[in-house]
Amino acid sequence: MSRNVTFTLRTLQIWAAGLALVALAGCGERPPIESKQLGYRGTGMEQNVNPRLEAVKLAANQAPAPADAASPDGPKASQVYQNVQVLGHLSVAEFSRHMASITQWVSPQEGCAYCHVGENFADDGKYTKIVARRMIQMTQHINQDWKKHVAATGVTCYTCHRGNPVPENVWYKPADRKYTENSLMGDLAGQNYASRSVGYSSLPFDPFTPYLLQDKPIRLNGNEALKFTGAAANNTSTQQGEHTYALMIHMSQGLGVNCTACHNTRNWQEWTNAPPQRVTAWYGIRMARDLNNAYMVPLTDTFPANRKGVHGDVAKVNCLTCHQGVQKPLYGAAMAKHYPELLTASPPAGAASAPAPAASAVTAAAPATGRSAGTAVDAAAAKPVALK
Amino acid sequence: MAQFKPLFSLENQNLLTAVQPVGPLHDGPALPSGDWRRSGKPFLFHLLGRIGNAQIGPIYLGGLGLASLLFGTLAFNIIGFNMLAAVDWSPMQLIRQLFWLALEPPPPSIGLSIPPLAQGGWWLLTGFLLTTSLLLWFARTYRRARQLGMGTHVAWAFLAAIWLYLVCGFFRPIMMGSWSESVPFGIFPHLDWVSAISLRYGNLFYNPFHALSIVFLYGSVLLFAMHAATILAVGRYGGEREIEQIVDRGTASERAGLFWRWTMGFNASMESIHRWAWWFAVLCPLVGGIGILLTGPVVDNWYLWSQKHHVVPSYPQVYPISIDPALLGARP
Repeated sequence: MSRNVTFTLRTLQIWAAGLALVALAGCGERPPIESKQLGYRGTGMEQNVNPRLEAVKLAANQAPAPADAASPDGPKASQVYQNVQVLGHLSVAEFSRHMASITQWVSPQEGCAYCHVGENFADDGKYTKIVARRMIQMTQHINQDWKKHVAATGVTCYTCHRGNPVPENVWYKPADRKYTENSLMGDLAGQNYASRSVGYSSLPFDPFTPYLLQDKPIRLNGNEALKFTGAAANNTSTQQGEHTYALMIHMSQGLGVNCTACHNTRNWQEWTNAPPQRVTAWYGIRMARDLNNAYMVPLTDTFPANRKGVHGDVAKVNCLTCHQGVQKPLYGAAMAKHYPELLTASPPAGAASAPAPAASAVTAAAPATGRSAGTAVDAAAAKPVALK
Repeated sequence: MAQFKPLFSLENQNLLTAVQPVGPLHDGPALPSGDWRRSGKPFLFHLLGRIGNAQIGPIYLGGLGLASLLFGTLAFNIIGFNMLAAVDWSPMQLIRQLFWLALEPPPPSIGLSIPPLAQGGWWLLTGFLLTTSLLLWFARTYRRARQLGMGTHVAWAFLAAIWLYLVCGFFRPIMMGSWSESVPFGIFPHLDWVSAISLRYGNLFYNPFHALSIVFLYGSVLLFAMHAATILAVGRYGGEREIEQIVDRGTASERAGLFWRWTMGFNASMESIHRWAWWFAVLCPLVGGIGILLTGPVVDNWYLWSQKHHVVPSYPQVYPISIDPALLGARP
C-alpha cells in the first residue's frame, strides 16, 4: 500500500516537473532575468532585462554604415534637376548621395522606381514621391524642432523604415467587430480583447487616437489628498485610468522598458524624484501627436486606399514606430549627423542661400508651447503637396 | 497497522485519508415539515473518500437554493452571451479570448441613470441578478445552519465577502455618482480595474485599510498553515478527534498545544484557534471594503494622504531634478 502510494507520488512529481518545463519552454523568456538598479537602493527602481532576448534585439537594431561623404562643391541640385522642392540647396553629389541612401533605407528591393517614374525622375506622378518629400520635411522638423525628444542624436528615414517602404510599426484606427451596428450585445467598450497594441493585455486597445492624435488629458492624479468638490475637484474617472494605463503599456512595450524607466512608481505623478527620462517621454508623446496631425493626417488623400486602414485613415506613428522595442532607437547610434541635410529644415526652394525663414522660427518655438502655432504653419505648408 | 515507517512514508504525512470507514448510507436527520425533501440517492465514491467523505449526496436544494441558482444562471448566461457576441459569435474565439473578454459597466457619461442595453444595460441587469443570487445563497447557508442547530458563522463569513463585492460594484459607484466606477465582469478586465483604481487614486499601497486587509489576508494564510500543520502533525495520535481528547493528558490535543507553548510561549486552544482564523478571514474583506469605500468618495490621492500623515519615507535625491514640462507653459 505504502509503496504503491509512494510510487504514484513520484510519478506525479516527475509529470509535474516535466509539464512545468514544457510550459516554461513555451514562454520564450526563460530565466534568469537580470535586473539593473535605476534608483536608490531598496526602492524597487529597477529595469528587468532578459540577456538572451537582449542579444536578439541588439542584432536587429543596428544602424547601417553611413555612405561616403559627398563634395558640397559644384552646381546645386535645384539648378541641375527639375522639380527639386526640398533638397535643392544640396550639391548634385550630396543630392545623389542622399537619394542613394534613402533608397537603401526605404526601398532597397524596389529601388528608385518605388518613388520615381522611370523615364522622368522629376515627375510627381507616383504618390510615393509626394509622401517621401513630405517625410523628408518631417525628418528635418523632428531633428530641428523636437530636440527635447531626439536630442542631438536625431533621426533619419532608417530610424522608422529599416528597409521597409512602409515602416513595420504604424497604427490605424482599429476595426470594429463584425456585428457592431444595431447589436444589443457584446459591447467591447474599446477594450477587453487581447491586443498587441497594449502588450496583449485587456486594456483599451486604441490608446493612440485619444492621446497621439487628439490631446485628451493623460494625467490622473490630483494634487490634494482628500476629495474636493467644485472647481478643485479631480473628476478623472477610473475608466480614464485604464486608458492612460493602456498608453503607458504601449510606451513600455515600444521602448522595451519597465515603468521605472520614467516613473518613481510609488508616486506616479511625481517629477522631482523621478528619472529624467520622464521629461524626454513627455515630449515624445507631444512629438508623435504633432507628427500625426501635421504630417500624416494631411497626407490622407495622397495615399491610395490599399495603404489606409479599414476606416480609411492614414498610417500613423506611435512610440514603437521609431523605438522598435529599444529605449534609444538603434541603441542611440548617431546616424543623423552623417546626413546634415536632415538636421534642419531646407531653405525654401528658389532661395538657395536665404536666411532662416519665418516659418522655421515659429516652428522652433513649438515644443515649448506644446500644441503649436508651428503645427498650423506646417499643416498649411502641407496642403499644396497633399492636394498635388 | 505498522507503527514505524520510513522517514518519508506517506501515511504519517496524512496525504490521503488512510482509513475510509464505510457504514450504511444515510440521509441525515429528518427535516421538519415545510422543508423540501433532499434530492439525490446517496452513493459512495472511493476516490473522493481519499480526500474527504466518501458519501456523495443527498443534497438539500430548497426554495432559496433553487432561486439562487436561477438568478445566478441568468447572470452567468448574460455575461457569457455578451462575451460571445463580442467575438462575433465564434465559439473558438470565445475560448481563446475568454480571459480577456468582459461585460463592461457603462461609460462615465451615463452617470447613475439606466443605461441602454448595449452600453452597460446588460451590466446593470447582471449586477442585480448576481447580487440577488448571492444574497439568496447567503440566506440559504443561514437557514441550513439553523436547521441543523448550528451557529451561523458560515453565513456571516459569506456576507463579509458579499460586502466587498457590493462595495466595489454598488455602494462606491453610487457614492461616486457613476456606474462607470464599477468593476467589469471579466477575468483580466476586473484585474485591470484593480490596477486602474490604484493608479487613479495615488497608489492603493498607501491606503491603510488596504494594508490592514493584506495583513488579514496573509494572516489567514499563516494561521491556516499553522493550524493545519499542527493537526496533521498530531494525526498519529488521532489529533483530528480534538474535543474528545481535550481533557486528557498525553493526547494529541495536549501535544499540539505544548508545541506552540514551547516555541512561542503562548498557544491557542482547540476552540480558540478557529475563532482566530474566522476573524482573520472575515476581517480581510471587511476592512478591504472600508478602504475601497474611502477611495474616491473621501480620499483622492492616497500617496499625498500618507505624506500628510508622515508615513511616506524620504529617500536621497538620486536623479537630476526634473521639472514638469507643463509648468513651463507647454500643454499637459
